[in-house]
Amino acid sequence: MMVTRRVPLVLLACGSFNPITNQHMRLFELARDHLHGTGQYQVVGGIVSPVSDSYGKQGLALAKHRIAMAKLALQTSSWVTVDEWESQQPDWTETVETMRYHSGRILKELGRKLGTHRDPDGNTPPLSSVSPQLKLLCGADFLNSFKVPGLWLDEHVEEVVGRFGLVCVSRGNLQPERAVHESDLLHRHRHNIFLVKEWVRNETSATEVRRALRRGLSVKYLVPDSVIDYIHQHNLYTEDSERRNEGTLLRPLIKQAQPPGKSLDD
Amino acid sequence: MPNHKVTEVVLLACGSFNPITNMHLRMFELARDHLHDTGQYNVVKGIISPVGDAYKKKGLIEASHRLEMARLATANSDWITVDDWESLQPEWLETAKVVRHHYEELHAEDHNKDDVDTVKHGKKRRIDENHSESSRHQKRKDGPQLMLLCGADVLESFAVPNLWKQEDIAEIVGFYGLVCITRSGSDPYKFIQQSDDLWTHHKNIHVVHEWITNEISATHVRRALRRGHSVRYLVPENVIDYIREQRLYSAESERKNSDIVLAPLQRYTRASSSS
Repeated sequence: MMVTRRVPLVLLACGSFNPITNQHMRLFELARDHLHGTGQYQVVGGIVSPVSDSYGKQGLALAKHRIAMAKLALQTSSWVTVDEWESQQPDWTETVETMRYHSGRILKELGRKLGTHRDPDGNTPPLSSVSPQLKLLCGADFLNSFKVPGLWLDEHVEEVVGRFGLVCVSRGNLQPERAVHESDLLHRHRHNIFLVKEWVRNETSATEVRRALRRGLSVKYLVPDSVIDYIHQHNLYTEDSERRNEGTLLRPLIKQAQPPGKSLDD
Repeated sequence: MPNHKVTEVVLLACGSFNPITNMHLRMFELARDHLHDTGQYNVVKGIISPVGDAYKKKGLIEASHRLEMARLATANSDWITVDDWESLQPEWLETAKVVRHHYEELHAEDHNKDDVDTVKHGKKRRIDENHSESSRHQKRKDGPQLMLLCGADVLESFAVPNLWKQEDIAEIVGFYGLVCITRSGSDPYKFIQQSDDLWTHHKNIHVVHEWITNEISATHVRRALRRGHSVRYLVPENVIDYIREQRLYSAESERKNSDIVLAPLQRYTRASSSS
């Protein structure tokens, strides 16, 4: 008798988290509820992976601070954790590489756990059937980033969307369905792209939070108290901090502007 | 050295708070920042006044729970408090009556209360003992000005037939003052402009633009709870714990009062039909 088991999933969110906000954490909650609602999936973990300083985005606070804030924010979460691997790499890391790393790590950890489990016939169950699948969790604006020239390599998009899969939470007026429709590549993998509608418009963008902080305005109830305290203690997010990396090109645009045929992988 | 005439302000928010959400709490923060930014006001206190059960709104759960959740939510705030007077009244009370009550309370305890400085960076300020331009409409010479804090939807509800008494609107807007936080999809300026009564007192209506759009409605929160969905990060943690422990907000609780007419509509419809 076949028992349909729910497929276990781990959600990975890559981004600046500059700073982490309630909205970022909402993405995980919304995605989990949605996937559970399909009856086919069981979300078993969530990973926040802040980008490294070498990303070169304007106004990017130091990774050590962004990591510290994310840890504070997620202290009370039972299933979402912060991972520092990406932020510790010497150069900016392509999202697909980060996904490969976590996917490999999850598989290895599972292998270690299952090493001692054997079924009645003395066999270990095939890892592929029980290993959690890793999916990229993102907002709808992320889908549009695939269109930005030089920001993504086609084969990377193919792997992120085709091999792994996306869980995309729509924000405000953006139409993720349209982005999927307008890209042949995304369209081809539409069955691997889960679109979650956020009915409550909660557009607490980190950009707006930084703006409010610069102007001495309150961000209470948009960001956890512990994170606000940290920000004030370390005096992050001032007019000066927002000018950091001004005029610098984003690292992916430099790194990926290579002649075709040259491999960017290790 | 500029001569600052700074008026002390207390913000009063009336509503169902069914349940209280981060959005409600944000309104206070936004209003305080806005008023402080004008250079004319210093917000010293915030009061959350949950409506009584007699309001008979559909899905309205017991006031005792709504009060407790509001208390939990404001436990770590040094200036926002919860008041149960309105919820303890046997009948539904017009907002104007609630405002009047709190105004009287504030001025009764005037001489005993400490100045609570909620301004983040503690600037020195001189409190004008005489009438200032902005507070001429509040008759008392001393003591804080009381303003009603609300969302743009409440402002627009002034237009709903039989929901408000015209004289109450005039009193709230004319004598006390309104701080109105915009919600996307509404244009409070236009609404004020289109009403002669409101336009007369437009200087007492402070419209605060919420740039960080935040539409966490309590209705949505209740819906999510009914469906077993997460409301984390929309509502304070301790409030979520309380809701879970007390098993509030189910399909059944949402049906409460569904066949009853809202108290103000009952009262005013009766009054207008008998006059």
